[in-house]
Amino acid sequence: MLTNEKVLQRLTERFGDKVLDARVQYGMMSVTLDVSVLMEAMRLLKEDEALQFTFLTDLCGVHWPDREKKFEVVYHLHNLRSNLRLRIKTPLAGDPPRCPSLTPLWSAANWMERETYDFYGIIFEGHPNLKRILNVDEMTIFPMRKEYPLEDNTRKDKNDEMFGRDPALIRADL
Amino acid sequence: MLTGSQHIRLEEGSLEKETITLNIGPTHPATHGVFQNIVEVDGERIIKGEATIGYIHRAFEKIAEHRPYYQITPLTDRLNYCSAPINNMGWHITCEKLLGIRIPKRVDYLRVIIMELARIADHIICNSILGVDTGAYSGYLYLFQFREKIYEIWEEICGSRLTTNIGRIGGLERDFNDIAWRKLDEFLKEFPRTLRDFEKLFTRNRIFLDRTVGVGAISAERALNYGFTGPNLRACGVDYDVRVFNPYSSYEDFDFQIPVGRHGDTYDRFIVRNEEMWQSLSIIKQAVQKLEQLPDKTSFHADTPHYYLPPKEEVYTSMEALIYHFKIVMGEIPVPKGEIYQAVEGANGELGFYLISEGGRTPYRLHFRRPCFIYYQAFPEMVQGQLVSDAIITLSSLNVIAGELDA
Repeated sequence: MLTNEKVLQRLTERFGDKVLDARVQYGMMSVTLDVSVLMEAMRLLKEDEALQFTFLTDLCGVHWPDREKKFEVVYHLHNLRSNLRLRIKTPLAGDPPRCPSLTPLWSAANWMERETYDFYGIIFEGHPNLKRILNVDEMTIFPMRKEYPLEDNTRKDKNDEMFGRDPALIRADL
Repeated sequence: MLTGSQHIRLEEGSLEKETITLNIGPTHPATHGVFQNIVEVDGERIIKGEATIGYIHRAFEKIAEHRPYYQITPLTDRLNYCSAPINNMGWHITCEKLLGIRIPKRVDYLRVIIMELARIADHIICNSILGVDTGAYSGYLYLFQFREKIYEIWEEICGSRLTTNIGRIGGLERDFNDIAWRKLDEFLKEFPRTLRDFEKLFTRNRIFLDRTVGVGAISAERALNYGFTGPNLRACGVDYDVRVFNPYSSYEDFDFQIPVGRHGDTYDRFIVRNEEMWQSLSIIKQAVQKLEQLPDKTSFHADTPHYYLPPKEEVYTSMEALIYHFKIVMGEIPVPKGEIYQAVEGANGELGFYLISEGGRTPYRLHFRRPCFIYYQAFPEMVQGQLVSDAIITLSSLNVIAGELDA
């Protein structure tokens, strides 16, 4: 039976100090990998006989404006044989941040990467069709980044401060 | 490269070619939702297609980063609006796991009843509409009234029908009343007969078989690669069900089977959904039985005053309730920092909530893993080489819900 410890052991054996962090939260192992080994690690996780994380459950981006590497892509993998879930995170520096695309491994990554690009502006290198998916094509910003407030605070037609629409309150809410 | 002002571009030589570019949707009576598919057809055969989505994008993930936890439930309603209670419960279960709240067994079983009713309601929609799309209207007429009956039960439990907002973090808002129990009883008595009639109309029907067998098929390998979950994956022969793999809300106490198909075509998807309705019925009956055997007959929420909104009457009369109400509404409740992924078996597949909490009154990041969004991208591949009319029934047998696509 595959366990969290065995997965981590396998990853550290292979990638050494490129495994930046590993912790178990609420029963799920979360491993932070350097982006330089991401593709190789994902291929290993998917195709290795012992690991067999064949199912890509989820893929999404996170924005951490206060960190040195401001973006992060989070992958959730699932080994259906041993019923083990694994979270892989990879922090990304630079703007636009760049990350290898997982579409060669999983067709499912196609739209999920497009969604992540659409909302965070993360460029997935090698993606066959990286364009906006939910927002309009004409949009110039990446709206899930933290610097964009929920409401446009230049609007003058709303005057209900009690409900948090005051610009100052919107900022405090962030 | 990445932006363009035109959605449809005429390519070089497109006027001389012998195939036709056909635009199905965004609003088309046969697609049951806001989907646009630009397909290249040769006669009636589809050569290739491209799906465009995003017409009802409502920025739920952005809104969720600015709303306190208890105000996110109504957002989840609007994901898969055909089975909103499953989404609500999924969100509550995620929060409860983050906060470490222990839920009484009675609440778990009540939730199971609500969720399985939702699954039946969702499958009723999918299967009876599939009948309509293949030209059989009568099955729809008989079966669809039971969706209404399920909505009536929900109305007694939570006051609303479609976007239900059932339950609270820590339990349910109120207990089932006598009318709800009576209606549930009637439903359990009447539904099996109609479902049997419905099956008789379809499962061995020559015309239906001709229309659905081998149509829109996908292999188990491709389906897994495309991230299929739920009935659509099970129709390919993979017995993956979150209720069994990662039980939540005490599903481990129930005895039920996971129906699987073999070919992953429209017919198998239809049969799997029908069989799931029988399994859901059996789960509801078991839950009713278990509730009768439980010594606890009254609790409908966990004893967690820090997180569970007190009843409004008490807020006006009791000091503790007023204090907790104030603290919860003003966001002064202690929320642990942490990252959590919690999945529930939605009617269409694995509905996941990836939540990052930094301790504030709102989530730092909340991502919904919407099953439809992930498997709908396989649609062009599934209909390649098929007839346009087959593409329509493939779409309706996949049960793609626009609300879940766009979030």
